[in-house]
Amino acid sequence: MLRQLEGSKAIAETVALCRPEVVCAYPISPQTHIIEAIGVKVKEGSLAPCEYINVESEFAAMSVSIGASAAGARAYTATASQGLLFMIEAVYNAAGLGLPIVMTLANRAIGAPINIWNDHSDAMAVRDSGWIQLFAETNQEAADLHVQAFRLAEELSVPVMVCMDGFILTHAVEGVDLMDQATVDRFLPTYEPRQVLDPDDPVSIGAMVGPEAFEEVRYLAHLRQLDALDYIPVIAEEFAALTGRASGGLIHPYRTEDADTVVVALGSVLGTIKDAVDRLRDGGQRVGVLGIASFRPFPIAAVRDALARAHRVIVVEKAFSLGMGGVLATDVSMATLGSSAVLNTVVAGLGGRPIAQHSIETMIEQAIRGELADLTFLDLDEGVIARERARMARTRRSGPFAENVLRDISQTREDRS
Amino acid sequence: MSEQRVHFYQVGSFAVGNRLLSADDRTVQSSPHRTNSIDSGHRACQGCGEALGARYALDAAMRATNGQLLAVNATGCLEVFSTPYPETSWRIPWLHSLFGNAPAVATGVAAAMRVKGRSDVRVVGQAGDGGTVDIGFGTLSGMFERNDDVLFICYDNEGYMNTGVQRSAATPPAARTATTDVVGAEPGNVFGQGKDLPRIAMAHDIPYVATATVADLHDLEQKVERAMSFRGARYLHVFVPCPLGWGSASNETIHLARLAKETGLFPVFEAEYGVVTNVSPIRRPAPVEEYLKLQRRYAHLFGPKGRPDIVARLQGIADANIARYGLLPERDELDSREDD
Repeated sequence: MLRQLEGSKAIAETVALCRPEVVCAYPISPQTHIIEAIGVKVKEGSLAPCEYINVESEFAAMSVSIGASAAGARAYTATASQGLLFMIEAVYNAAGLGLPIVMTLANRAIGAPINIWNDHSDAMAVRDSGWIQLFAETNQEAADLHVQAFRLAEELSVPVMVCMDGFILTHAVEGVDLMDQATVDRFLPTYEPRQVLDPDDPVSIGAMVGPEAFEEVRYLAHLRQLDALDYIPVIAEEFAALTGRASGGLIHPYRTEDADTVVVALGSVLGTIKDAVDRLRDGGQRVGVLGIASFRPFPIAAVRDALARAHRVIVVEKAFSLGMGGVLATDVSMATLGSSAVLNTVVAGLGGRPIAQHSIETMIEQAIRGELADLTFLDLDEGVIARERARMARTRRSGPFAENVLRDISQTREDRS
Repeated sequence: MSEQRVHFYQVGSFAVGNRLLSADDRTVQSSPHRTNSIDSGHRACQGCGEALGARYALDAAMRATNGQLLAVNATGCLEVFSTPYPETSWRIPWLHSLFGNAPAVATGVAAAMRVKGRSDVRVVGQAGDGGTVDIGFGTLSGMFERNDDVLFICYDNEGYMNTGVQRSAATPPAARTATTDVVGAEPGNVFGQGKDLPRIAMAHDIPYVATATVADLHDLEQKVERAMSFRGARYLHVFVPCPLGWGSASNETIHLARLAKETGLFPVFEAEYGVVTNVSPIRRPAPVEEYLKLQRRYAHLFGPKGRPDIVARLQGIADANIARYGLLPERDELDSREDD
């Protein structure tokens, strides 16, 4: 049934269809609308039996989910940004314990400076945690990914994080085709854990593992992620057969068949990039787009195949590793290892900076002309940077620069008016 | 009819030996049907108060729940010495997640049991004092505030013993730890700091809060049983001497626990819904020196360069506890009579 829905509401409706048993909530923008909507459902009793627990922190939210999942309940929570960082110890722990928790990550920047708007710094901060990380391009895909996430998590004993762009998706109202309960039930069987806390069959879970076995345990966790590379396309196909929608999977190639230049990206920005590519195609440029749907595990072989023809690969990403450069680009470079393709990294959309279609088009054209630097920050205000660098050079004292930059920008605006 | 004086089997704690009690009043440990929740073969130090406390507390909880018990454990000595890979000494379902999240994990386990319609299965969370009063405090307070159906047990040995005897917010003043060494003007841990968690727990108005020591294990068992008769958040703070961290002889563990109570340094009481309902009176009053002198962590207070001034301040803390909880009822009664 196609409905005009806010992204968060679509997620709440879909998570409800997945019959969660314990839902933990600690509010953080832009995740709030999701947990609020689920909270109403639990409180009115329409999700029974389901426990909704208002906790005192994200660390507790993930910890309660760990306890619930280890005791055999289907557990769900959602967070963003600082919240994800605050729970990070428990995020790693959930993966290490092999608990199939599903969490929505409403992607948001990380401070300081504090910023509530969208980028992917939060997701990148936990890319090595052992969670499967799926990125949604649209609200429809975000909703569909949640159903697949529970299935994936419970089949493989791995927690799954569905990443959806904060505000851009969570707060956008658009048409979403919600599944019906019978279809979800057909796709998602009851959670039956292999190991569970049970008075009649006592087990010890979470024991210490020393050097004699730790490496094997970690390697097995890696193999399980690789298993997910095989399993993700299988369940995406099954899902497509059931719904007719191509949500999920490993990658989403768009007009790459004959493309010399391919732009690689994660999440909702893919829509803008596709529009830019369509425009450039109209102008005779052979460009394509490769959306990465599964960031962890990283589908290195699928990416390699999709980029095999490309002479130039441009990775557009909403996060970067300070002092190094692109994060996604580093992964993509492993897929293009040995190829002669030129790789550009374009950092864009940090802290909610709009990524305009014309900026993407200009950037791609620059790249095609060979004029794009290896690492570029899209739409950077070079004047602000130069003035702050000059100020910093004038004194040997250390200090923050966020406030200087704000002063500088407001001063420039006053001067103009 | 001639009168026969009954001589109770005297264990030094004024407790009556099991052999003289009716079958119902005997300790869980004296029963051949006890669970042995934490079984032999673990790697706790000789004389470990925590191992002893955990064994009694969990076996009592097992009896109180007819074996329908799930345990959640914080990181710490108890976790490390009980589950060295690939062994475990737990005969009950047991989950260890992290250092600071045991109360929240326990909440999750309890929630799962409710959802599954297994309200007969009860949950115990346990941690040392670091995992309770410091790093786990946020999640513990959250669990209390929501009144989740969890009994949380703190085994308090007054410091981070697993990591090598560092100070926690439960370390008493003047005590030597690796991070409060006996140097400077205020040797050992400073005065005026620290958390009194039983009182903080009471401030949450939860159904049941109690303290106990490993010197009176019958009392400990009864408190676990009492705790299990309530639904909602419950807190049990168990005083467990640590021979390694305190520099005490391993055969002094019970003696030290008893002295902590008899000096007034560790008040033993019960509270329901924020109100103290029962206090274990001091039976044989002892000055704090008697307790302090048995521990190397207080060695700097005695001898030629001793610090009687600091000992006096510690006595002051004990006296304040005695006054706050009325630990010497006879003396109080006497005082009130003198007032008349």
